[in-house]
Amino acid sequence: MNIAHYFLQNHREILELTLEHLWLVGISTLLAVFIGIPLGIVSAHWPVWNRPVLGTANIIQTVPSLALFGFLLPVPWIGARADRLAILALTLYALLPVIRNTYTGIRGVDPAVVEAGRGMGLTGNQLLLQVELPLALSVILSGVRVAVVVSVGLATIAAAIGAGGLGEFIFRGLAMVNNQLILAGAIPAAALALSADFGLGWLEKRLRPR
Amino acid sequence: MSANRKMEQTAAAIEFREVDYSLPTGQPLLRRLNLQVQRGETLVLLGRSGSGKTTTLKLINRLLSPTSGEIRINGTPTRDTDVIRLRRGIGYVIQDVGLFPHYNVERNIGLVPRIEGWPAPRIRQRVEELLQMVGLDASIAARYPHQLSGGQRQRVGVARALAADPAILLMDEPFGALDALSRDQLQREFLGLQRRLNKTVVFVTHDLREALRLGSRIALMEAGQLVSVLSPEGFLHSTDPLPAAYVQAFGEGLDSVAKRGSS
Repeated sequence: MNIAHYFLQNHREILELTLEHLWLVGISTLLAVFIGIPLGIVSAHWPVWNRPVLGTANIIQTVPSLALFGFLLPVPWIGARADRLAILALTLYALLPVIRNTYTGIRGVDPAVVEAGRGMGLTGNQLLLQVELPLALSVILSGVRVAVVVSVGLATIAAAIGAGGLGEFIFRGLAMVNNQLILAGAIPAAALALSADFGLGWLEKRLRPR
Repeated sequence: MSANRKMEQTAAAIEFREVDYSLPTGQPLLRRLNLQVQRGETLVLLGRSGSGKTTTLKLINRLLSPTSGEIRINGTPTRDTDVIRLRRGIGYVIQDVGLFPHYNVERNIGLVPRIEGWPAPRIRQRVEELLQMVGLDASIAARYPHQLSGGQRQRVGVARALAADPAILLMDEPFGALDALSRDQLQREFLGLQRRLNKTVVFVTHDLREALRLGSRIALMEAGQLVSVLSPEGFLHSTDPLPAAYVQAFGEGLDSVAKRGSS
């Protein structure tokens, strides 16, 4: 039985697990964006926060993913359901690129532009929303892109704790020494990562200020 | 009320009273600055890099706050004014222009009117008027800053500063980064504009020629202190060592520059 045939035969389950995978990655990326961008703004504007915020995000990044799933298991509410746990872990991993790129993007805005804006009497919020964030947007987006691509890969490991996703195929395939099963998980995962990378990269280029 | 108005009329447009400014590290940048800028004059702050010119300028629109002493605008201490209101009433032009790269010329110029809530047709009309005032073609309105030459960019910067018709204009080496020809042209246009608009201008430069040409008075600064305030003519013929050293450093032909400026 060749792979194409296998894919055709199991397209229902592959589709289901792909959607599950997307759900895990999508929700965790959204959370990371909503948490990470404000943290990046804070560390860019108040240098005191720069080290603790980026340092913590860095440390989280160094924890092996399987270990992180394990650590989070005893956490109440979170530990009760595998998908919550997986989403939290993926969010934590996605934070670093989002925070770091928000920080870099805002710090990279031409100081003359910021000074002119302040000198003309823009309030802090106006400066942030009309100048800093729009000019940092493409850099922030490239952080989100990294986060998504990494998450797609990491989310396969979430299957180890029963959170579903394309990792199901991979772990099943490993247990049964069945390469076709492994590929049924790995190929869609790679396709997801590549298309996210391509799509967000395209958006990033379009939003880059001249 | 009437006493208030009287005070506004008699007070200097801008007044520094015993102003000190030190960095948070304690390093002093300005010491005991006392200076008055009269309504409608162009006061040039002249001095070398690090003499405190830009610091002085930024104290006026409160981009910096004095360590001690106070700055008054029309008799009112700036620290008693809401900082956003204060800045919107003061035009600010800097050497690097600082146009918003993601806004086209029209939006850049119309920025303050827009955040002040002017209706769109009035903003458009004002932008048109300003473009003409600074010698730019109306067709430039849709362009982005990166599509402009250095001289055009600085004209847009000036137009933007004038947008909400502020009484005071602060200019920090606005023509410093331009080539000699553009600089000469913009200086000439500045003089024409100033004759028409009669703004109170504080103009920072390290170029004596520019100071003589544009200034009604020249405030010479050195190492964080005000050395003297002189008219262009007075500056040229001053026997004090520092003004004399400037005149000597800039060499021949200064007389004609000063005359052209005051004409």
